[in-house]
Amino acid sequence: MEGKIAIRKIVVPGEEIDEKGKPGNGVFVENGKLYSAYLGIVDIRAGYVNVIPLSGCYIPKKGDKVIGKIIDLAPMNWVVDINAPYYAPLHVNDVPWRVDFGDTGRYLSIGDVILAKVSNVNELGQVWITMKEQGLRKLEGGHVIKISPFKVPRVIGKGGSMIQMLKDYTGCRIYVGQNGVIWISGPPEGIITVIKAIRMIENEAHTYGLTDRVKEFLEENRGENDGNEE
Amino acid sequence: MGMKSDIKLIDDNGLRIDGRLPNQLRPIKMEVGILKRADGSAFVEWGGNKIMAAVYGPHEAYPKHMQEADKAIVRARYSMAPFSVDERKRPGPDRRAIELSKVISEALESVIFVEKYPRTSIDVYIEVLQADAGTRVAGITAASLALADAGIPMKDMIVGCAAGKVDDVVVLDLNKEEDNFGQADVPMAIMPRTKEIALLQMDGDMTYEELTTAMEMAMDAAQKIHEMQVEALKRKYVKEVDKNE
Amino acid sequence: MSNSKFTAGVIPEMQRKYIHKLASQGTRVDGRHFDEIRKLEVTKGYIPRAEGSALVNLGNTRVLVGVKIEPGTPFPDTPNMGILTTNAELAPLASPTFEPGPPGEEAIELARVVDRGIREGHAIDLEKLVIEEGEKVWIVFIDIHVLDYDGNLFDASGYGALAALTNAIVPASRYDLGDDFKLPMQHYPVPVTFAKIGNWIVADPNLDEESIASARLTVTTSEEGHINAMQKGLCGTFTYEEVQKVINMSMNIGGKVREVILGDSNVKED
Repeated sequence: MEGKIAIRKIVVPGEEIDEKGKPGNGVFVENGKLYSAYLGIVDIRAGYVNVIPLSGCYIPKKGDKVIGKIIDLAPMNWVVDINAPYYAPLHVNDVPWRVDFGDTGRYLSIGDVILAKVSNVNELGQVWITMKEQGLRKLEGGHVIKISPFKVPRVIGKGGSMIQMLKDYTGCRIYVGQNGVIWISGPPEGIITVIKAIRMIENEAHTYGLTDRVKEFLEENRGENDGNEE
Repeated sequence: MGMKSDIKLIDDNGLRIDGRLPNQLRPIKMEVGILKRADGSAFVEWGGNKIMAAVYGPHEAYPKHMQEADKAIVRARYSMAPFSVDERKRPGPDRRAIELSKVISEALESVIFVEKYPRTSIDVYIEVLQADAGTRVAGITAASLALADAGIPMKDMIVGCAAGKVDDVVVLDLNKEEDNFGQADVPMAIMPRTKEIALLQMDGDMTYEELTTAMEMAMDAAQKIHEMQVEALKRKYVKEVDKNE
Repeated sequence: MSNSKFTAGVIPEMQRKYIHKLASQGTRVDGRHFDEIRKLEVTKGYIPRAEGSALVNLGNTRVLVGVKIEPGTPFPDTPNMGILTTNAELAPLASPTFEPGPPGEEAIELARVVDRGIREGHAIDLEKLVIEEGEKVWIVFIDIHVLDYDGNLFDASGYGALAALTNAIVPASRYDLGDDFKLPMQHYPVPVTFAKIGNWIVADPNLDEESIASARLTVTTSEEGHINAMQKGLCGTFTYEEVQKVINMSMNIGGKVREVILGDSNVKED
């Protein structure tokens, strides 16, 4: 069984990395040797040795598009859970509406899900987000699921190929936040198929030949979903 | 420790009551990622010990006065199920559990890159489902696996292992009878790569030579236990692929 | 991968609508029928050190129940009966919403609902647990330990308690009170919990469903088709007809669950 799918090299915290190169992300140097800081896979890019974690929380970066959930209201801001170690405040000046003092609840209430952008992050880990940009909005209808933020690139695929394939086969609208939260909208059977496919990608993110296996799965589950977009 | 008894813990052939050699570990099994809700989790069976560990976080520490401006705090909680021991244990932490939680938290923090997550808390829950001597070292071994599984950055794994003295013989990994009727117990937690000692306790009576022999024995065994940890962590990802085949 | 923070606590309005929409089309988030429970796995004897034990997986909900049996003094009003006591701990490793500390009202309600089913269903023949009338009887401690929380703790815990009792041994020899013997069981009460979602009623709600349900009803029935315990929860309501329907469904589902619990399920290790 194990021989069927090639597995990328997995390292554990404290494991020495043989590959040569400059220390990149997820590694540390001691006495001139490179070690992994994470349970992850080794990735060599442009002369840098990186370890991409296989799991873990989302660390916000300026410019990331994220999907967040409103968890609290204040007179001048909302508090948003963006699946990071820290909650992010969303100030009334950072939304596309004119909000009077104390009137935040009229626009976004607790439990609402939004598409936002990380506008700033400081060294203390504090995060600010904004909705003032084309396409950022409150998400309505559909369903949200969560995956490891480190597997977001696999779900999107090279040049968006994986996500496009999911959309094409199921007729769903899908938005993948950099924070690992995914919004899916469309016919219920389509949503259920997309969720299954994403779980498959998540579980096999560290293997080669994934795109073909996902395509196979989607072929099998094709059914009547085609073109049923709402 | 130190309860007097007539039980012979080492036989004429130098074997222990469970048939082990003095420097032999009990059977150990490890599994990673066993719980769905937790950010990271692990299960360790070690002799008759059955121990689960789960990690939540990092997340903003609450209450706020617990926060440290420049690093994450590590909060481990060691807890024994009421049915884990012969005589039912009253639910809730006793003084022993509170002490163990503290030293385990400190040992785990020593390998974590806590400066990466200021103002947060990393919560580690160790549940002893069945106890059979050496629960703290088995628990810390499980906790280290759960931290790796949760994607927490660390400079090394942590391996727990104990050694001690029974019938005047230095032995590795005391079982329940040896723990009850032996002469000394030295629980340790070791970083397998750097061989630094992150947890060290001792109770009983040993000479300097006996103690150093015991510590060396535990440190050697830590390398073997670490190999099992690495295997368990990597197996999780191989297994996940198999499942979908 | 877990979903520890994002789905904990506040439930997006979106999720409520999605689950309602699925229900209106006759299905559920995990594709089950309304009267279908999740996959139930029972591993008896999981904790050999306990007098009885069972690990229960109900879908992704996982509960470990241990039974300890010790001699003690009977209650003055029941001098010729053993004592049953049930305790539940929502271990903080099971969910980001569980806090360490003494049992809260949720844990206490859970323990009491499970206790009520076992007690009122006369699962244990407590009269056979007298060592010396008025002086010494066996005390049966049921300890429920929730390990992974994905909804419907009542049923997972009730199944675990019943399974643990059926494989419990009274440790008489340990206390020089004669030979060990099997805990005397006489009935097998089984709880089944239903959630009301919109106008639909679903069996064995998972966490997603539970968190948006308006009302909840647990009905515990015996192998003889008697009703031994009920508990309605949450702020919503049921109509009289709905309650009747729920009781009937509970008996049907309970019968199948009882077969699993009493079946030879103690072979599975690890």
